[in-house]
Amino acid sequence: MAVKFERFFMEGFLQLLLNGTALGSIYALIALGYTMVYGILRLINFAHGDIVMIGAYAGLFTALALHTSDHPTLFGFLIVLASAMLVSALLGFLIERLAYRPLRNVPRLNLLITAVGVSLLLENLGQVVFGATPRVFPDILPSITLIQSGQIAVTNQQVTVFGTSLFLMFALEWIVQKTKLGRAMRAVSHSHETASLVGIPTDTIITITFIIGSSLAAAAGILVCISYPRVDPLMGVMIGLKAFVAAVLGGIGSIRGAVVGGFLMGISEAMVVGYGSSTYRDALAFAILILILIFKPAGLFGKYQPEKV
Amino acid sequence: MKSNLTSLCILVGVSLAAQGLAMVMPDYFTQLFMYGCINAILAVSLNLVNGLSGQFSLGHAGFMGVGAYTAASVNVFLLSSFHGTPVGDQTALILSLIAAALVSALAGYLVGLPSLRLKGDYLAIATLGFGEIIRVIILNIQKVGGARGFIGIPPTTSAFLTVFVLASCVLLTHRFVQSSHGRSLLAVRENEIAAESMGVNTTYFKVQTFVVSAGLAGVAGGLFAHYLSYINPSSFDFMKSVEIVIMVVLGGMGSVSGSILAAFLLTLLPEVLRPLQDITHVDLRMVIYSLALILMMLLRPKGLFGRKELWELFKKKTT
Repeated sequence: MAVKFERFFMEGFLQLLLNGTALGSIYALIALGYTMVYGILRLINFAHGDIVMIGAYAGLFTALALHTSDHPTLFGFLIVLASAMLVSALLGFLIERLAYRPLRNVPRLNLLITAVGVSLLLENLGQVVFGATPRVFPDILPSITLIQSGQIAVTNQQVTVFGTSLFLMFALEWIVQKTKLGRAMRAVSHSHETASLVGIPTDTIITITFIIGSSLAAAAGILVCISYPRVDPLMGVMIGLKAFVAAVLGGIGSIRGAVVGGFLMGISEAMVVGYGSSTYRDALAFAILILILIFKPAGLFGKYQPEKV
Repeated sequence: MKSNLTSLCILVGVSLAAQGLAMVMPDYFTQLFMYGCINAILAVSLNLVNGLSGQFSLGHAGFMGVGAYTAASVNVFLLSSFHGTPVGDQTALILSLIAAALVSALAGYLVGLPSLRLKGDYLAIATLGFGEIIRVIILNIQKVGGARGFIGIPPTTSAFLTVFVLASCVLLTHRFVQSSHGRSLLAVRENEIAAESMGVNTTYFKVQTFVVSAGLAGVAGGLFAHYLSYINPSSFDFMKSVEIVIMVVLGGMGSVSGSILAAFLLTLLPEVLRPLQDITHVDLRMVIYSLALILMMLLRPKGLFGRKELWELFKKKTT
């Protein structure tokens, strides 16, 4: 009896761990966008969650136009993913150019309020243009159970979500660490003035950072819709806030921190839903956030920078 | 002492005038006026934290929610024996509002003490987090209705009481800024490190302001609950906090009259834009609202009045 119970318990735990990892990889992708923008502009880009939403809608319309749900294939998935990333990249570019760039030399509080304004604008425009009622996201991937062992099931959708996120994360890591562009990005995040003194076009680099971050957000939007096939204009709010908490948890400004924070966030949320009460799942994120801010404000991987007079 | 008496007379006079006005005006305008006043109390109280002490709180709706639920629970569960007569109703309301102020102030202390060590963005996020946690906790208390909301609160809020609270807030803020406490607070806003090196206990002043601000937001919540006679946890979410912040920013951080004017403007704006809906057939009000916020940040980043008060705008510069 005890052995059976233990096995049941273990399998439940593993399944939750699996679900949490898939969810966490999505949070990590979004958290990367927050952390990159914060690293380079010291701005909490509140609109980032809404870019996830726009990406999801772009994917929805592409999928409907191409009828990919008639014959769900990996190729169709990649096309939907690419179009969503393209649309969101364009949006990120526009937001940076029109709303954030004119405010480069004002107090950071104004920038933060502008970001809240952009977020509200996207949510409300979304409600006007797409309608407030949620829409069903078509199946763009065939649904296959790859591994079935007792209570544990691994679907190809989970594998795709995890694989795509991991690929994008490694691609980003390569860009930031190994390319000339990445070196410029790191330089700008150290100091705008010094970077521009050595000939780095800081404004262009900041725009490119927004473009990369926004396309990652769009990819995350598509992956969310594969796991939970529902799109609505306010879907980005909670996902965005949680991913933001993930970024703070890992140490905002640190790319590795965002990935680790995203996974921790996803797994702990799956555990709370599995073992606790799902009504508290949204409070969990903020409880983690507050504990981190009180005990280790710089996050797990962040560097604490004392203020100098 | 004499000035106190004069202020009290002015307070009562203004509130009586408001009560008279509310009786003459059509219901629709009275309702807008009351919402405007409640929003103005919230904006003035948040202005203490965001404008005067230079901190940035994004969780003000949480304290409003604590106040609303405390006042409603106290009035419905504890003071129901008072109900029936006008005098009894008002006494019960005032007692519940006092309870709301105390409990919200306590919540403000518990939230402020750990989070005010943080600065700038981090403080904003921490208060946002606390605001959301408060909302989720209320959502899970079945005794006060949970997600269904709290129904059956006696609708006893009068225009007199609301305006009286608003005017008292303004007076309190005004006197506070003139006091040595207020001066220390302004020093903290201008430069925290400099203030600390001059011997100002920055944490003490920041937490004190936060507690007062939370208490006032609680009173606003109590008035709101007893005006609408129904409250729901989703009335006190992140969006409400953002709305209050927008009022403070629009009016100009640190300007009390600016906050009040902005509170009324933002309460009226969706109503004024209502006819637009007949032309376009879609609800563009929130789109315009958010666009206005962005444009204002781009074109007039200091708010309508900056740090000045309404009456200072017309003064000549004496430098």
